[in-house]
Amino acid sequence: MEDNNKSSRRKFLDKGLKLGLITAIGGIGLSKISSKLNAKSHNNSSEKMELMTSDGTLIQVDSSEVVEIDHSKNKDEKYNVREGMPNRKFVMVVDLAKCKNALKCQSACNKGHYITGENAWMKVYEMQESKETAPYWMPMTCQHCDQPACVTVCPVDATFKRRDGLVLIDNERCIGCRFCMAACPYSTRVFNWGEPGQEITLNMNMEGHTPSPEHAGMPSIKGTVDKCDFCPHMIDKNKLPHCVTACPNGVFYFGDKYEDTVTNGEETLRFKKLLKDKAGYRFMEGLGTEPSVYYLPPVDRLVDFEDGLDKYNKYQSVAKPE
Amino acid sequence: MNAYNKLVKDLAPKKFNKWSILWVLLLVAVIIAGIIAYIDQLIKGQVVTNMRDYALWGIYISNFVFFVATSFVGSVTVAILRLTNNEWRTPMVRIAEIISVASIIMAGITIMIDMARPDRLLNLFIHARLQSPITWDVIIIPTYIVISLLLLYFPLLPDFAILKKYYTKTSPKLSKWYGKLALNWTGSKVQKTIQTKSIKIIALMIIPVGLLLQTIDAWLFSTTYRIGWDSNNFAPYFISGAFVAGVGALVTVIYIVRKVNKLEKYITDFHFDRLGKFLALACLTYLFFNINEYLIPAFTAKKGEAVHLETLFTGIYATLFWIVTIGGLVLPTIALLFKKGRKPLPLFIIGVIVVVGSWWKRYIIVTPTLLHPFLPIDGVPESWHHYFPSLHEWIITFSTLAMAFLIITLLVRYLPVIPIQRTADEQKISESEKKTES
Repeated sequence: MEDNNKSSRRKFLDKGLKLGLITAIGGIGLSKISSKLNAKSHNNSSEKMELMTSDGTLIQVDSSEVVEIDHSKNKDEKYNVREGMPNRKFVMVVDLAKCKNALKCQSACNKGHYITGENAWMKVYEMQESKETAPYWMPMTCQHCDQPACVTVCPVDATFKRRDGLVLIDNERCIGCRFCMAACPYSTRVFNWGEPGQEITLNMNMEGHTPSPEHAGMPSIKGTVDKCDFCPHMIDKNKLPHCVTACPNGVFYFGDKYEDTVTNGEETLRFKKLLKDKAGYRFMEGLGTEPSVYYLPPVDRLVDFEDGLDKYNKYQSVAKPE
Repeated sequence: MNAYNKLVKDLAPKKFNKWSILWVLLLVAVIIAGIIAYIDQLIKGQVVTNMRDYALWGIYISNFVFFVATSFVGSVTVAILRLTNNEWRTPMVRIAEIISVASIIMAGITIMIDMARPDRLLNLFIHARLQSPITWDVIIIPTYIVISLLLLYFPLLPDFAILKKYYTKTSPKLSKWYGKLALNWTGSKVQKTIQTKSIKIIALMIIPVGLLLQTIDAWLFSTTYRIGWDSNNFAPYFISGAFVAGVGALVTVIYIVRKVNKLEKYITDFHFDRLGKFLALACLTYLFFNINEYLIPAFTAKKGEAVHLETLFTGIYATLFWIVTIGGLVLPTIALLFKKGRKPLPLFIIGVIVVVGSWWKRYIIVTPTLLHPFLPIDGVPESWHHYFPSLHEWIITFSTLAMAFLIITLLVRYLPVIPIQRTADEQKISESEKKTES
């Protein structure tokens, strides 16, 4: 019994070993052949390619040397909505000398963000420091503060500050406590007290559309806070925010602080120089909220303040559909 | 009947009479109306309130602040009087604890009513951020609820054991419940030491937690840039205000319970006199912080603040402001300085005035500030320039008040409102003595 067992085991080992050897040899042979074939295709190419270096000179390179750079293909997947666009810092400059309360910014904003409520996100205030000083029109958006009071008090991180300067709202997380609205010194936040009803009033089809902090109001959600988002959905398409392009007087300059350029769509200026030349300032600097919106004082105005009064409506900022 | 048995009979919970049943039914009706209004609010959104983008908080918040303030009575009366060895507190502590528990539970519910998305309540835990004062509230309110419940429950243990025995024949079902709640209390020395120690620790704990609760409530406002809230005085202002609201509520409830349960023998004029002095102390402290909050800033008020103070002193909120300040604080304080003002009935009336004043005081803290932002209120309908609660808000608010009353009523119905064992100990009558006495 034991003998039989032993011999059968030996047989098995013997066979196994032989089989293993054959496979190993076969494998080596195959790999040799395939590597030879590969080498053939390499040596075949002797074409030259013309390329331009980064300093602008043309060079010739053997095309076999040219290798495609491995672009990270999942760039869009990695993009973090809470971090923002890398290496950018968005700023706005509002030239009060040019504003005559045309309110095109407001209607464009209302349209671009499908605002159905009764309080616009973009407003033009009638301002006058004291009785003796001249009145002027002051457009007010979200100030996108670098020390945002609203973000500090949010209990659930629904409103957040990004590296690119934007303060945005995650309307799918907001619990509707309205603390951010109480904290904001610029009265810029707006609440969806009831059903926004964009489908009905604006005849929109919101089905299958996922809300994103990068396009506020698309759609608005009942019981959550909305506000100016500096239009990252437009920046993404290399376009300017709605209010900037809509303004007939070129009041709004939008741009990137790191690039030191701002543009109102017609002229592009150096951001720092503009602030220096025209004595730019920020609204309520004393609060220490560090806004991203700068104002140029209303000096050397070409239009009368009174011209804007026709459009001024104390009790309405969003046109009601008839 | 011997002294001990009479004591137990006097202090054991009383069955509802006709009026009490009517009272409970009334409360239940108000609560049901509130629930219906709240469901409507859930469906339609907070558009049913009169809150809008400027008056973004309304009576839900001021009512919440009121409940938080009232819940302070547990810390003040029970813990502080205990630690300062004020013996006269005995017949009042339980009622104070009951008010405290009812108020803090209702505070927790009220703040949720103000949330526009209660379906996302869990976000407060999942995405909690520690720098938000709301998160501090989320931490402190449940903590205070637990400590208040313990402060109510631990001293009740011996009383539950007494009631278990008392109801053995008349109501076995009730007796069984009291027995379960008594946790096998026998009154042994070991049990007594553990109990005394535990109560001492809880009483010590509830003081800082109570102070923190009021402080966080104040910080909820003073962490904003708003004129009228952005005040360093706010925390002590709120603490002293809570002192007033709490003791005021205590005076009111005690008077009613004494009358309904016929406890005149146990809660005497002497107790009311002491409580009146205590309330006077509270009012004077609050008056001091009111002067700090409104009068002194008037001297150096910046433009925005000047406008704010003007609306309170002479503007549209002047009537309410002066009624609340003079009628709800100054006059009661003066009345309390006289011995006649501290007799039960006058004290009860003062208590009611003080509590109602306290409620409106919170309204005057919350609303006017919101209607004076830094930028002018522009581009919104005329009605958004003012705020007065809508019918929904009133019904829901009254319903929360009714719920607080219902909790108090039910606890008074089933708990001995005056600690039986303690009273017996203090009057030096015990069960074993009955043989010698009788």
